[in-house]
Amino acid sequence: MRKAKSPLQTVPPGHPNDRGGKAQPMLIVEDLRKYFPIHAGPLNRKVAEVKAVDGISFSVVKGETLGVVGESGCGKSTMARLLMHLMPKDTGHLIFDGDAVAEPTGISLRELRRNLQMVFQDSYSSLNPRLPIEESIAYGPCVHGAKRAEAKAIARDLLEKVGLRPELFGARYPHELSGGQKQRVNIARALALNPRMLILDEAVSALDKSVEAQVLQLLGYLKRHFNLTYMFISHDLHVVQYISDRVLVMYLGQIVEIGPVDEIYNSPRHPYTRALLNSRLSMDPDERVETAPLVGDPPNPIDPPSGCRFRTRCPFAEEVCAANAPPLGRSSSPLDHLAACHMAHEGSGHSRANQSPAILRPSIPPVAAPVQRIHA
Amino acid sequence: MTDMTVGSGFDAGPVPERAPEQRVRGYWQTVWQKLRYDYVTLFFMALIALIILSAVFAPLLAPIDPYKSSMVYRLKPIGYKQFILGTDEQGRDMLSRLLYGGRVSLTMGIVPVVLATSIGGLLGVLAGYLGGRPNTIIMRTMDVFFAFPSVLLAVAISGSLGNGIPNQLLTLTVVMIPPLCRVAETATSQIRGMDFVDAARASGASMPSILFRHVLINAISPVLVYASTLVSACILLASGLSFLGLGVPPPTPDWGLMLSTLRQAIYVQPLVCALPGVAILITSVAFNLVSDGLRQAMDVKG
Repeated sequence: MRKAKSPLQTVPPGHPNDRGGKAQPMLIVEDLRKYFPIHAGPLNRKVAEVKAVDGISFSVVKGETLGVVGESGCGKSTMARLLMHLMPKDTGHLIFDGDAVAEPTGISLRELRRNLQMVFQDSYSSLNPRLPIEESIAYGPCVHGAKRAEAKAIARDLLEKVGLRPELFGARYPHELSGGQKQRVNIARALALNPRMLILDEAVSALDKSVEAQVLQLLGYLKRHFNLTYMFISHDLHVVQYISDRVLVMYLGQIVEIGPVDEIYNSPRHPYTRALLNSRLSMDPDERVETAPLVGDPPNPIDPPSGCRFRTRCPFAEEVCAANAPPLGRSSSPLDHLAACHMAHEGSGHSRANQSPAILRPSIPPVAAPVQRIHA
Repeated sequence: MTDMTVGSGFDAGPVPERAPEQRVRGYWQTVWQKLRYDYVTLFFMALIALIILSAVFAPLLAPIDPYKSSMVYRLKPIGYKQFILGTDEQGRDMLSRLLYGGRVSLTMGIVPVVLATSIGGLLGVLAGYLGGRPNTIIMRTMDVFFAFPSVLLAVAISGSLGNGIPNQLLTLTVVMIPPLCRVAETATSQIRGMDFVDAARASGASMPSILFRHVLINAISPVLVYASTLVSACILLASGLSFLGLGVPPPTPDWGLMLSTLRQAIYVQPLVCALPGVAILITSVAFNLVSDGLRQAMDVKG
């Protein structure tokens, strides 16, 4: 196990474009919401809404890596696209380094995009097949008014930084690169505008394990070199544990737990987090589980359950869980460990609310259909 | 792989200080590299060039005035005296008329397709990229045109406009726009969903810049390939309109019109009567095969 570290220790000494100072979070998200309408019927009326992202608030500390985990379809990628303004949000405010985004008093969208960039999951479709890779990288600076020669110099410099020799690779087309090399180009392209924060949306999920390790190493190197802040979205719990300072767990469009990585992994407070962690594969044959820690599919996000959204799959669900939704709570410091569960809040009315989380830690698997043995 | 890794602690081993610079090959250069060894396509490209040149230089090549008729030399066979390809029902030289007829027929084949590609392609790219309501408006309008068989639509439009070359060009352009628009829309909406377009948007690029730099360059090859197959269809349609008397008025030489007027003499001089048809056949086959070759050459892996 690696040693515990505080995210605040990772705050960089200062970035030339820093405005808010060390204590100001890089990004504050408030009440972000996105409902996708479902149209049906002869008149194409709106009949329902998919609550993809349903009122999430969190902040990203300068210099940290915030890991975001959750099942497929829990709204991780939608959240990333909302933060990048690739799709309009329904409600919500963004504050980037102290400046409100796209509001009269704050910074413009263009300014945000200079500072916040994204690396996409699919390295195949995220590079233009008709452009040599150095042109793909140089495109961003060109858009922001750099001269062609300048932009090209930036591109070649970044190619070198991500470990691709510009004189060999610069003129190549994406189909002439391997998956790992393409993902390096994607990272270089995201860095071309000299951003301060990167959203990595499943950036290493499509790579094989050895290449994934290389790219993770590269990300660590780039983070130190460029003073970056990362938001690392992944479904791979091991990778998230390796790379993150803090972890945010999402379920059905909401945050269920957020806190420092070691606290989340060692003493998860939300039963969903616990189930997720129990579903990791173990290297030890004696620890193999033969029941799935979590059964069934997540409920339909069109019509989520009343109260706590996890209660339909939660082994500890009680009446209070159906009656009202557990709040996540407001954090006074980014180091706080918060969980949206009645069991974590004293006086919530749940019978286990007074127990310390440690008592709950040994996994109590729900009544479940047996799954196939891995070594059968 | 000579993939030198900086941050991963990997050593690529002894590598030269500076590898020879690789030159950027443009997309069209890549296409040409593939076409170079496709001899069938090259042959038919040459043939098309020959046909176009012969039409352009018809006044120099034609041995006899194509309008000069003669009662004496009506419907003479191929190779009769000075008439290399025989004469038509008014005693005019077939070779000269075929050369001049190529001017009209090729114009009818190429100009409407070029116009329709620009208009339909633009509409299709806009519809595909914008999606939503603009897409519905543009594509449903195209569907209205699609509802008519293309020949019927052409006959209806040129019937109401009257004959003559400008009207026929207009007719054919209108008929060709919907299919090209549809192809451009499909190609664009596929590209729009790809992450590199989102990445371009995330870098703060404007819509025209994204369209030209990222969308058009990817959407253009299916549209161009489809347009080249339409050239032969367009020549046939134009000939059909002339055959029906809705195209160019006589005595202008035009392959379709010639076929139409000569059909009464099919029992007298079958070979001579078939000549305009042969010209149409060769031209459209050549365009079809070239577009086949282009499709293969432009299918650069993404």
